[in-house]
Amino acid sequence: MRGEQPGDGRLRGVPLIDGVEKVTGRARYTADLEHADALVGRIFRSPISHGEIVRLDVTKARALDGVLAVVTGDDCPHTYGVLPVAMNEYPMARGRVRYRGEPIAAVAAIDAETAARALALIDFEARELPAYYTSDDARAPDAVLLHDNKPGNLEREVHHEFGDLTQGFAAADLVREDRLSCAEINHGQIEPHATLAEFDPLTGRLTVQSVSQVGYYLHLMLARCLELDTSRIRVIKPFIGGGFGARVEVLNFEIINALLARAGSGKVMMELTREETFLTHRARPQTDIKLKLGMRRDGKITACACEVVQRGGAYAGYGIVTILYAGALIQGLYDIPAIKYDGYRIYANLPPCGAMRGHGSVNTRHAFECLLDRMARELGLDPFAVRRANLLQAPTRTLNDLMVNSYGMAECLDQVEKASEWRARIGKMPRGKGLGMACSHYVSGAAKPIHWTGEPHAVVNVRLDFDGGITALTGAADIGQGSSTMVAIAVAETLGIALERVRVVSADTAITPKDNGAYSSRITFMVGNAAIDAARKLKAILAAAAAKKLDARPEDIDCTGETFHVSAGSQSQLSFADVAREALVDRGAITVTGSFTCPPEAQGGRHRGGAVGSTMGFSYAAQVVEVSIDEATAHVSVDKVWVALDCGRAINPLAVEGQIEGSVWMGMGQALSEETHYAEGLPVHASMLEYRIPTIAESPPIEVHIVESRDPNGPFGAKEASEGALAGFPPALVNAIANAIGVDLDALPATPDRIMQALVERRRAARLAAMRRAAS
Amino acid sequence: MQKDGPRPKKQILRLKLNGRWREDAVAENTLLIEYLRDTARLTGTKAGCDGGECGACTIIVDGKAVPSCIMLAIRCAGRSVETIEGLAAQGRLSRLQQAFHEKLGAQCGFCTPGMIMAADALLRHNPHPDASEIRTALSGNLCRCTGYVKIIESVQTAAGATP
Repeated sequence: MRGEQPGDGRLRGVPLIDGVEKVTGRARYTADLEHADALVGRIFRSPISHGEIVRLDVTKARALDGVLAVVTGDDCPHTYGVLPVAMNEYPMARGRVRYRGEPIAAVAAIDAETAARALALIDFEARELPAYYTSDDARAPDAVLLHDNKPGNLEREVHHEFGDLTQGFAAADLVREDRLSCAEINHGQIEPHATLAEFDPLTGRLTVQSVSQVGYYLHLMLARCLELDTSRIRVIKPFIGGGFGARVEVLNFEIINALLARAGSGKVMMELTREETFLTHRARPQTDIKLKLGMRRDGKITACACEVVQRGGAYAGYGIVTILYAGALIQGLYDIPAIKYDGYRIYANLPPCGAMRGHGSVNTRHAFECLLDRMARELGLDPFAVRRANLLQAPTRTLNDLMVNSYGMAECLDQVEKASEWRARIGKMPRGKGLGMACSHYVSGAAKPIHWTGEPHAVVNVRLDFDGGITALTGAADIGQGSSTMVAIAVAETLGIALERVRVVSADTAITPKDNGAYSSRITFMVGNAAIDAARKLKAILAAAAAKKLDARPEDIDCTGETFHVSAGSQSQLSFADVAREALVDRGAITVTGSFTCPPEAQGGRHRGGAVGSTMGFSYAAQVVEVSIDEATAHVSVDKVWVALDCGRAINPLAVEGQIEGSVWMGMGQALSEETHYAEGLPVHASMLEYRIPTIAESPPIEVHIVESRDPNGPFGAKEASEGALAGFPPALVNAIANAIGVDLDALPATPDRIMQALVERRRAARLAAMRRAAS
Repeated sequence: MQKDGPRPKKQILRLKLNGRWREDAVAENTLLIEYLRDTARLTGTKAGCDGGECGACTIIVDGKAVPSCIMLAIRCAGRSVETIEGLAAQGRLSRLQQAFHEKLGAQCGFCTPGMIMAADALLRHNPHPDASEIRTALSGNLCRCTGYVKIIESVQTAAGATP
């Protein structure tokens, strides 16, 4: 069949296919599912940061009228986790607790009041151990180990070196080393965690509906922890109120609730409070970065040495990947001839960190882009000129063997420079106002999946039956980013049919093909390609059916606007319904399978950890941030953001814009106001008032420019658009603050107290200098 | 922590919910959001925090936007309560719903019902708000997906549309 013009613009820029449900309140999120007949599940959590459990007595709780199940660590002797090599966590503590708020036991009762009374009846006693809340304290030589097999409380260290570092620094005209730090932050998705589990003791089947971004991981971990055959489990994703990485890992409460459902032989609804949602955490770690760059007078980077220390929390989680990403993604953005990376992931007595939007890359990128600006200033170079001096040439491979197949960085720089009128305004703004810029990038899915099974990276089924409807089945979890809409567009455009004819069924392990899930911005690239592959297979079947009726060759058949016709000459046409009917005559209901696989050469270097960072396509972004600072109060307001992102091709420009705006803004939260605070391990930030997510009142206009570099492997040329722009905001802001008031901030977030401190220190330094001058 | 003791007394609550009067037996300590979600089964109203912080539960009581998670249900006796489910009438989306749909004012959609109700209350007393008035009116409603850009556009579009 000929004439396929995928991504021809006909369907570009459409509202989400599930948008009506969202604006009418009909969309059912986990807590909205029917559960009048369900028990209420609640978790008993550790009141201390670190200790050995001396006594855990649940007898009284179990005896309370209305309590149907109580479970403890004794009920699950299996660890769980996302990385097969680093599962060191039990759903409920066994023998030892390692952070305040760690689950110890759980109850299922007839109502919330009874469950709360049962929790109060649990008798818990522990022998306290020293607890560590900073990386330095946890690394102290005499520190008690959180995990006996991890000396120095070091979860993982990474040492990578590429190119000739000595020669690189020797070739530099300027070498500068700075230390920067970034506070721990949280995803802050608006939907608190919730999960509904139903266990049927008669059939031995378990159904879990949960907030997971990766239903397949949850499915596997439920089987492992409950010792159930995977074929007896079903995991369904309802509507999800935001993910951002919070729900990529299997979370303790999801397993605990399933254990309760089995123990209580029924259905249990567990809705976590906002405080518990914060406690579950798995977000971006507190990070210390020591970065040294060498630069020639013309702005060319000659060498980079970077040390990163991440305070990972009490358990491994995604930590190994995070500390690897932090080093691997120094590369792929600029041409750097020599790079050394030393990463340290530390255990501390705090809730475990994990993946968060821009996973691993954000804090290192922050340091890198801040240092680039500071060195540009020392050398008298424009920040844009420094970036332009270090551009890559695609296609290429980085020193750590990452593929760069398309590269719209130069155009991103041009667009934001022009849109922000940078050249006319930089250095000419009144005191207290400033401009800053930075670049960033991110992967379009990990080319080597975490669970390496040899299967394709993505599989999509497309069905056609008597009703003439096209149903795309995908395991990919739409978490609000619009991935189901993307699948519908990919199928409709490939087939040449109306978007309204396509429905998407997603993320139900009983129905949809396995998918690696919504993380690392993999869905558009991988699932999009698989959807196109499936649609092409269906199209071939339809073309054969049309050819038979039109007495033509299948390769001469085309379908546009739901009408099949022979391309050359002939006037005869067939409607989609006619062709569908004809196709079903021979074979009945049709299901085709499409898939996508990243080839081995895309899967990263051979060095240890070399798979992390590998991807088929990097997105690229540049942004300019304009700020105003009140030097009396040190309050920063962001007046405007100009951002350009190279997403290869915008399959749905409306959704791409939304993703870019959202990611830039999330970077703003990290840059301006968001940070967690613990008092002796007690999270004092664990509410939406204390954890300062920007409100609409302080959020600036964001002007988005989409750059389309047409990736050779992306679906219709597309790459990711949801994460790449995030990491540019914090450095662009800090660079803008430096531009406005001449203060270089080394710590995020740029809160008024930190800026005031910097201003006070600068005044003190100026006074001391003046006194010294006077004295001499 | 809850103490053992008698269950709270129930009252008959009569209120106008999305244009229709109804009566329910409601415990005195039942929050309005619990009444809406569990008794009336109107789950469009969301709980996003532990009380009064995120705005996801915003509904309209007697024409004013209020957070339903820090209001007792029995305080609504005799009053008119409107939720997101009441907005689409005769098979048509309201202009705010239409605009939030078309302009992508909703991504994950969890804050959307509260956001739309807060915007609806705004447009009732100020049919043509400027961006700054929209920012003020919606400043109690957190969204984590959109960066608010398309939310402001959605409200402006709805304000420009004929009702």
